[in-house]
Amino acid sequence: MHHSINIDRLSFAYPDGHTALQDVSLHIQPCEKVALVGPNGAGKSTLILHLNGILRGKGEVCVCGLEVKEPNLGKIRAMVGLVFQSPEDQLFSPTVYDDVAFGPLYQGLSPQEVQQRVDQALEAVHMSAYADRVSHHLSLGEKKRIAIATVLSMQPEVLVLDEPTAGLDPGARRSLINLLRELPLTMLVSTHDMLLVNELFPRMVIMDEGRIVADGETTVLMNDKELLEAHGLEKPV
Amino acid sequence: MHIHFLDPFKAIDSPIHELDPRVKLVLSLAFILTTAIIPHGAWPVYIFLLAIIFSIVILSRLGFIFVLKRSALALPFVLAAFPVIFTIQGDPLASFNIGNWQLIISLQGVERLLSITLKSWISIQTAIVLASSTRFPDLLMAMRAIHIPRLLVAIFGLMWRYLFVMADEALRLLRARLARSGDTGLSDKKSGGSLAWRAHVTGGMAGSLFLRALERSDRIYNAMISRGYDGDVRTLPQPPLGSSQWAALIGGLGLLFILLVLSIIL
Amino acid sequence: MFYSPLPMHIPDGFLSVIVSILLWIVSIGVIGYSLRRVNQDLNERQVPLMGVLAAAIFAGQMLNFSVTGGTSGHLMGAAIATILLGPWAGVLVLTCVVSIQALIFQDGGLLALGANIFNMGVVGVAVSYFTYTSMQKILGKSQWGIFASGFAAAWLSIFIASLCAALELAISGTSPANIAIPAMGGIHALIGIGEGLITVGALAFLYASRKDLLDKTSTKTVKGNLVWGVGLVIAFALAIISPLASSHPDGLEWVAEQKGFLDIAQGPLYNIIPDYVMPGISNEAVATIIAGIIGTLIVFGVALGVAFSRRRSTT
Repeated sequence: MHHSINIDRLSFAYPDGHTALQDVSLHIQPCEKVALVGPNGAGKSTLILHLNGILRGKGEVCVCGLEVKEPNLGKIRAMVGLVFQSPEDQLFSPTVYDDVAFGPLYQGLSPQEVQQRVDQALEAVHMSAYADRVSHHLSLGEKKRIAIATVLSMQPEVLVLDEPTAGLDPGARRSLINLLRELPLTMLVSTHDMLLVNELFPRMVIMDEGRIVADGETTVLMNDKELLEAHGLEKPV
Repeated sequence: MHIHFLDPFKAIDSPIHELDPRVKLVLSLAFILTTAIIPHGAWPVYIFLLAIIFSIVILSRLGFIFVLKRSALALPFVLAAFPVIFTIQGDPLASFNIGNWQLIISLQGVERLLSITLKSWISIQTAIVLASSTRFPDLLMAMRAIHIPRLLVAIFGLMWRYLFVMADEALRLLRARLARSGDTGLSDKKSGGSLAWRAHVTGGMAGSLFLRALERSDRIYNAMISRGYDGDVRTLPQPPLGSSQWAALIGGLGLLFILLVLSIIL
Repeated sequence: MFYSPLPMHIPDGFLSVIVSILLWIVSIGVIGYSLRRVNQDLNERQVPLMGVLAAAIFAGQMLNFSVTGGTSGHLMGAAIATILLGPWAGVLVLTCVVSIQALIFQDGGLLALGANIFNMGVVGVAVSYFTYTSMQKILGKSQWGIFASGFAAAWLSIFIASLCAALELAISGTSPANIAIPAMGGIHALIGIGEGLITVGALAFLYASRKDLLDKTSTKTVKGNLVWGVGLVIAFALAIISPLASSHPDGLEWVAEQKGFLDIAQGPLYNIIPDYVMPGISNEAVATIIAGIIGTLIVFGVALGVAFSRRRSTT
């Protein structure tokens, strides 16, 4: 049985010489929900961009048993649903429908299948009534849900989210957390929202300065006050 | 903070709104082309054209005042056409003496100016009704249907999506400038700086806008390829035109053809 | 309304059918070629980059600064787009901006859109590119070289584009050439200064924050012989046609007659050549053209002078 995400000794430096990842190894089981925390600039977003080959560093990255390299990229991008931090960048089509249909269209599905996928994805995020809406006029919470629908329509095996709750008001945040709980997928979520981590993720990974500094059960790590403080984190009250 | 006023579309329930966007786009373009082809001074045909566009404005329920206000956009150009009343030779209507100059207003000149103004007014009303009764995403579909290059339509679509986002950013920059444009209130201290300085500040704002746009285009690119984008523009197939829509298309084009023939006979 | 356009977008009704259609054909050709070229260079990056930058130029047109007496300076953006992206991408970005302005805001007509794309997207970009690269060759890539070239490119792009618009109006018989050319040219010679100043401001910002963007321009675009050629042809065509059109309208009619157009032209349907006369105007028109040329030379001269003196003092 393969791991959903297999990262071995991954290192990456940006063209300007700045080292963003150093010897990162991470293994995630199917249907495991893992939180990725750490201060700004720790390398969380850089790591996420490696999961579908947008960035490629030294080391090995396998997703659902496939190595992330040129001939596999199409399949991998369909299997890894990557939701970026700003829904303004994720929703680039004129209407909600077009955006949710984008992934399935590029998977080469028939028009009927695309329609079906769009309906299912919007249903899953409870936004079926929004298909014909124009993205610009939605609230941030609505945009975040649609952003998740845009990758769900590709029926991915792994969902990777960058800062899903950032900027949301309490109500929108609560309904997003409920939504994430419902989704039966392998999940890697980068976040600063420690309450969310506590509530939803049994396992958490702490990154700092391009390295994984801790990886374990959330209940254990959350009580290691020194560890949290050393990496700019705080246990939620 | 959202810019809504940029979007001219008005969601109203009207027969014009319900017309298929493809039919609407083709008929609008054909109507504007017909208006352009009809010769200057063909008054009876102009009356027909005006009657048609007025009925369309009324049918669209956009409000005559709304359309009238927006159509004022073409007014400055009437000024550019104004001198033709003097420069076209013909039967003199009136003449003025300004110093040694004699300006003669000719009948043909006035006819030309009136024709240009009317043609322009009819055309701009058509464009206003098209834009205000059709959602832009539907207009994009219509553009693909009349075989405007898919790549260009895709760029239009993306541009439209980010028009509002970038306009919001521009507005934030303007507000930030305003918030810091203090005035000392002392009469001997001139506020606002020199013209070159103001232009320089505005230029800096434009520069930062472009820089943000470039960075944003990178992030959008990442989001697009994450969902399998490969440079090829793919879209869902368009639904076929219904029989009533075909009827509207053929009827509309037929009417315009009759008007063209009329303008030749008259 | 924050949005106030340049008085350069010709509405429908002001251009003759022939002029509109001819310029549509030219614009379509240039757009088609640009799409191919940009697709080769950028491939799947093309759509997001062009789309977002076109939106940014559009939004940039909302940024204005007060000049005097309620008038304000703002941006067309041909020069800055060309400098940042190169001529082909510049054509596409300006095409998008001008098209959206016509389609959504009725700023410029739909039948006249081909002409407006031609004026701003094709001529504006070609003039910007031609001016910027040739001045860069002379001045080098010093800071002041970039600013001076940017200013000249911006000013000229506005000025020449407005002359094109005036010529099209004149050929269409909508506005007498002897009035349209000096009026449009005069207004836009002033507007061009605003465009130039904003462009320099934007370049200064980018020079300070992302110098690499400005360095790429030339490497991205070379092989631009065609653009140089187009720039030259436009310059010559304007130099020859403007005086011809304003002082000898009969000259155009004569050309039409020789080509056998006149039979069609005199039919009831078509009205290509207007029959107006302009007594004693030829001098005035020639004077305008000369004034335009002198203005251009002065701008060039001052820009070059500033750039050279700065260059000397920095090295």
